[in-house]
Parts: sequence; C-alpha cells; structure tokens
Amino acid sequence: MEPLMAFVVGGLYAAAIYLLLRRSLAKLIIGLILLSNGANLLIFTAAGLSRGAPPLIPEGLQTPDAVVADPLPQALVLTAIVISFGVLAFAVVLIHRAYEVVKSDDLDMMKDTDR
Amino acid sequence: MVSVALPILIPLVAGALSLAFWQSQIAQRWIAVIGTGLLLASTVYLLLQVQHEGFVVMHMGDWQGPFGIVLVADVLGAIMAVLAGITGFAVAIYSLGSMGDGHERFGYYPLLHLLLAGVCGAFLTGDIFNLYVWVEVLLVASFGLLILGGERAQMEGAIKYVALNLVSSLLLLTGVGLVYGMAGTLNMADLAYKFSQVEDTGMITVVAMLFLVSFAIKAAAFPLFFWLPASYHTPPVAVSALFAGLLTKVGVYALFRVFTLLFTQDVGLTHTIILWGAGFTMLTGVLGAAAQFEFRRILSFHIVSQIGYMIMGLALYTPLALIGGVFYIMHHIIVKANLFLVSGVAYILRGSYELKQLGGLYKSSPVLAMLFLVPAMSLAGMPPLSGFFAKFIIVRAAIEAESYWIVGVALLVGLLTLFSMVKIWTEAFWKPTPEGVAIIELPGMRRAMLYGPIMGMALMTLVIGLYAQPIYDLAEQSATQLMDPSLYIEAVLGDPASGLSPSERLIHDAAQAGEAAAGNGAAINGAAGNGMEGEAP
Amino acid sequence: MMEGSLILRTAARFLMPLLLTFSIFMLLRGHDQPGGGFIAGLIAAMAFALYVFAFDVPTTRRILRVDPRGMLGWGLLIAALSGVISAMLGQPFFTSQWWPIQLPVLGELKLSTPLFFDIGVYLVVLGTVMTIVLTLAEAEE
Repeated sequence: MEPLMAFVVGGLYAAAIYLLLRRSLAKLIIGLILLSNGANLLIFTAAGLSRGAPPLIPEGLQTPDAVVADPLPQALVLTAIVISFGVLAFAVVLIHRAYEVVKSDDLDMMKDTDR
Repeated sequence: MVSVALPILIPLVAGALSLAFWQSQIAQRWIAVIGTGLLLASTVYLLLQVQHEGFVVMHMGDWQGPFGIVLVADVLGAIMAVLAGITGFAVAIYSLGSMGDGHERFGYYPLLHLLLAGVCGAFLTGDIFNLYVWVEVLLVASFGLLILGGERAQMEGAIKYVALNLVSSLLLLTGVGLVYGMAGTLNMADLAYKFSQVEDTGMITVVAMLFLVSFAIKAAAFPLFFWLPASYHTPPVAVSALFAGLLTKVGVYALFRVFTLLFTQDVGLTHTIILWGAGFTMLTGVLGAAAQFEFRRILSFHIVSQIGYMIMGLALYTPLALIGGVFYIMHHIIVKANLFLVSGVAYILRGSYELKQLGGLYKSSPVLAMLFLVPAMSLAGMPPLSGFFAKFIIVRAAIEAESYWIVGVALLVGLLTLFSMVKIWTEAFWKPTPEGVAIIELPGMRRAMLYGPIMGMALMTLVIGLYAQPIYDLAEQSATQLMDPSLYIEAVLGDPASGLSPSERLIHDAAQAGEAAAGNGAAINGAAGNGMEGEAP
Repeated sequence: MMEGSLILRTAARFLMPLLLTFSIFMLLRGHDQPGGGFIAGLIAAMAFALYVFAFDVPTTRRILRVDPRGMLGWGLLIAALSGVISAMLGQPFFTSQWWPIQLPVLGELKLSTPLFFDIGVYLVVLGTVMTIVLTLAEAEE
C-alpha cells in the first residue's frame, strides 16, 4: 500500500508544481490545492498506514487491547485540511478580485509592483 | 509558568473582543492600545523570568510532553516576543493617527491582534506542528492586512505574496510529515534528542533541506525573496511597518531554532549552504535597493539585504556569530519598523512615496529629519548606533571563523546601505520641495500619535547603541542556550541521562502509574510503533 | 442572486430546525463520542447556507439575528477563556475542569471547560463560514 501511495503523492506534487509554473491564475490555485492534498496524503503515508484498526479503547479498558493505528497523523491531517481550506478560500476570493481589477488572469499582466 | 502563554492569549482575547465590538471603532482603538500594551508588559515580564530561570516551560492542558503540546520560552524566544510586543504597541499607536476610516472598519484591528498572536505563538511553541499552525495563523492575518483597501497594486502584490508563502507553508508541512514519519514525535526537544542518537543522518539532512527552503522563503532569503519587494510597499504604511518588523523575522527565528536544535548533524553541508545564501541575500537586496526610487521599495529591498546578516550569524555557527545574529535581529526589528513609520509620515506630509515628489522635509519638519537620520544611519552601521555593534560582532565572528569572502561582502553591503540611506536623505529631506507639491500640516493630536512611536523606537536605537553591553549579555545568554541543545531538551523533558529516551521514560512512568496511561494509551502505541528503530542502519 | 424554487424554499424551511437541532445534538455528545464543536458548527452553517441559496442574503442575515463576525469574536473569546479558568486555579492553561451535575429527566450533564471550549469552537466555525458565505453571496449580487 505504501509504495502505491508514494507514487500518488509524487504524482500530486509533480502535477502541482507543473500547474504552479503556468502563467494562469486559475491554474496557480489548482496547483496549490493539489500541493496541499499531496502534503496531507504524505503525512498520512509517512506515518505508516494500518487498515481496520481504529484507535478506539474498548468499553471498560484503560488502554487499547491490540496494536491500533496511530491517531496523531489523522489529527494533523484534519488540522492541515481545515487550515488549507481557509487559506485557499481566501486565495480564490483574492484571484477573483484581482481578475476584476486587472481584467486578466495572466500573471504576466501583473508586473506593476515589480517595476 | 503561566507567563509563557500570556503573550499568545492576550492578543487572542484582544482580537476576539475587537471582533465582538465590530460596530464601534472607538472601542476597537482602545482595545488595540490596551491589548498591545498588555502584550508588551507580559513579554517583558516573560523575558525577565527567562533571564532568571533559563527556560519557562508549560505543558498545555497538563498533557506531558512529548505527547502534549508544549510552550517553551528560552532567551531567544522571549527576546523575539518582546520585540513583537514593542513593534505591536508602536504600530497600534501609530495606526490611530494614520489608518483611514475605511480600513479601520474592515477589520484592521482584529487582524492586527491575530497577527501578533500568531507571531508570538510561533516564537514560543516547542512543537514543530504547532509552529506550522501558528505560522498559518499569522499568514492568514497578514493576507487580510495586505489587501486592506483593495487597490490594484495591493491585489498584484498579494497574489505573489500569497502564492509563494503558501508554497513555503506546504513545504514546511511536508517536512513536518516526514519528520513525524521518521521519529514518531513532533516535540522539538524530543526530536532533537532522537536525532542526536541516530548514526545514519543522510535522511535527516534531506528533510533539513525542506525546512531550509521553506523558512528561507518566509525569511525572504536569496533566491526566493522576490515576493517581499513586490508586496511590502502596497498596503497602508502601518501594516508595512508591522510586516517589515515581524514577518520575515519569524522565518529567521525558525531557521535559528531548527538549525541549532534539530539539524546539526551535517553542519559542514547545511550551514555552508546557508552561508552562501546569506552572502547572495545581502548582495541582491542591497543592489535591488540601489536601483529603486520609491521610499518603501528601497526599504523593502533593504529588509532582504539585512536578512542576509542575520542568517550569516546562524551560518557561521560559532557562539560569537550567534550572539551577532541575535543582536542583529534585535537591532533590525526596531530600526526597520521605525523607518517604515517615518516613510508613512513623509507620505502624509507630501502625499507621495516617490523620491522625486518628496523634498524639503528637512526645512519644514526638522524633527522628522532627525528621527529619520537615527534609524537610517543605524541601518547603515554608523557608530555609535545599534547597527554598528550588530555588524561589528558579526564581522568579527566571520574573521575569527576565517570566512574572509563573507566579511568582504558584509562590509561592501554596509557601504551600499549607506549609499541608499544617503540617497533617501538627499532626495526626500535635503533637496527643496518640488514645485506643485502640496504641503500638508498635521494637527497636534495626530502629530503626537505619529511621532510618539517613532521617537520611542529611535530612542531604543540610541540605547541599544550607547548601552550595548547589557544587550550583548542578553544575546550571549541566548547564544549559549542555542549552542547547547541539551539544555533545551532537559528543560522540556527532564534529564535524558537516565538511559531511556524521554518518550520511553514516559511510557515507563505511565505503565507504573497504570491508571494514568488511560488517556495516552493510543498515542503511546502509535509513537512506539514507529520510533527510530526503523531508521537505524 | 436568483431565489430558489418552491421545492427548495419549502425544504429549506423544514430542514432548518432539523439541522439546527442536530447540530446542538452533535455539539453536546461530542466529548466522548464522534461529534464536537467543529462538526456541529459546520452543520449549523449548512442550515444557514441552505437558506442563503433558497432565499436571499438579507433574509438570512435577519434570521441569523447577530452579525457573523461578532459571533466569531464571542466564540473565540469563550474558547480562550475556557482555557484561562484552569490557569486561575494554578494549573497549566487548558487543563480540563469537570463539574458533573445530575439533571432531572435528562440524566447526567458533564459540565466542563472542554464543553465551553466546544461551544466557542461552534460559534467560531459558524461565524467564519457564514462570514465567507454571506460575503461571497453579496459579491455575487
């Protein structure tokens, strides 16, 4: 399972970087979304995948009775998803506003501040 | 113990109150001044405590590290928090006089508090994932502040700023994920201990590069600095000053933290790369500034070049160099924020940031001219101001480390900085007012709000320069802690000399305590399940 | 923005109380079982977002009664203050404090600082999502 996930993560990163290098603003955002999904998946994979062992403690016990999945990566990924949701929502609004102001989604048209 | 959380909690509560009183601008203004004032007081208290005790550690929610989130203040973290407090307080007062009505109504003050909370959180956390979270908090706040007003230039600048900072954050997240996969822990002290036990350090160095790139983007180091000069001159000037003082320094602080605590396995490689980065950062920044004729853009490029000096201190990685780096950070935050504040007053008086449109400021407001001269000459490194000692320590450290080429670069860049500052001086202050430029007078109250913070910070520049010894001692204390990670590890997790790793010892204790393990059981399993055993050769 | 169809409007009216009750249920069961302030806040936000689609922004603002930004602020305040209580008792911030009380009919209510924290999170999430949704919907108009 891990090697497969590693390829998926690699694919996501590659696609994201390709999109980030394009001139279009919309592709920039899609690239960022893919990159954040790739990073989340990477946390999950790097911490080790285990199937069918939810980290729940049975009723009446103080510790889990068998080896369970590590719950921390899930918490990390959840946090990262929430953060990237908020940040990307902002980014989408930003490019929409920028598009309205500049009347173009071409990054090459946005060189005013670099002069 | 509680004092370490106050610098985070106070701005959070102030931000929440500020949001709750969304309708009333007067309430928001009072909350801003009182909130940042309290923040400054709490950070100073924390610094005094840290100076006395060495480390102040708090395990949030009483969940022991390395499983719970830990807040740690060492001398460096506390110094940074104090600087955040100073900048926040000065900017809050300044914005009373400079912020437009529309900006205030669109959430300037809540965002200001949120930014300060994020900055202080990043300085005081002892957990690498938590560091990521605080960096995101301050980033979200900075996004909001950057586009306050919504002009075309701001949108264009913000796109570059947002895109590059998001990429940097995601690289940081990737690094954190890989670190967790390798070590099974996120607590920086525990990580430092585990990394120090590993023999085959190749993989750690690879991850270190991810952190280096990510934080170098945040610190605006060469070659990934171009988001900074593209965006810092676009927002309202109080926001520019806040960003100039604090944001890039979070990146610098994070570099100092991880490259002294975690990634010291292959200093010959990693710190040499940082040194080259530092040299190019200094040069490109100062050359960029030489080509500019807009007040804030010159200053923005100088942020880049000054970042080079700071990470040069880290790159040399000797006690003296670290002292120089920390000293430089202290000097730089105050001076640079102040220069931006001065540029804002010049803008209010003449209605432009372009050097061509400015002029005659020395004649019409000599006080402002003097207040510009102090931080400007300090930035260029003129004795006896603060910048001289900062540069002196770093250059001396470089000579002792026999890296002569970087000494040459540092001195040359100092000279070119002087050139830029003199350019601003002659254009904006010395030459006569250009024809057709309206001269605006400031009413008394507004004048006090604008000049007060500038005077305060100029005074601090003088004090750091004239009474350099206490400041040097402070920097020395922080450098001593940075050079010896075992102090940090011991402060957070107790003495690792017992033979067990900190987390093993905790499992051991927990097993004995029996009942107590209930809450941590799953986490222990997870952490033990992917400990460093898998990494051993 | 176009108003929704008759079916959507009727459905939104009926779903509103259902979703809000469900969100409170999720909020309260959250400590020991799946649920909690975050997910509950999202469910409540869903109810109001549905209302935005079925009717329009002013109507939704009216039934929301308070400004979502103010809600965000109060939520953040409650969440932050729930962590301060333990500091006043001399423990680290965010150490959980429990005051379980027996209610007639309903059974045991675990009154605690995590509950207050969750309520704060609930308000923050609801406030944030509604701020985003309403701003976007207004920009559309």
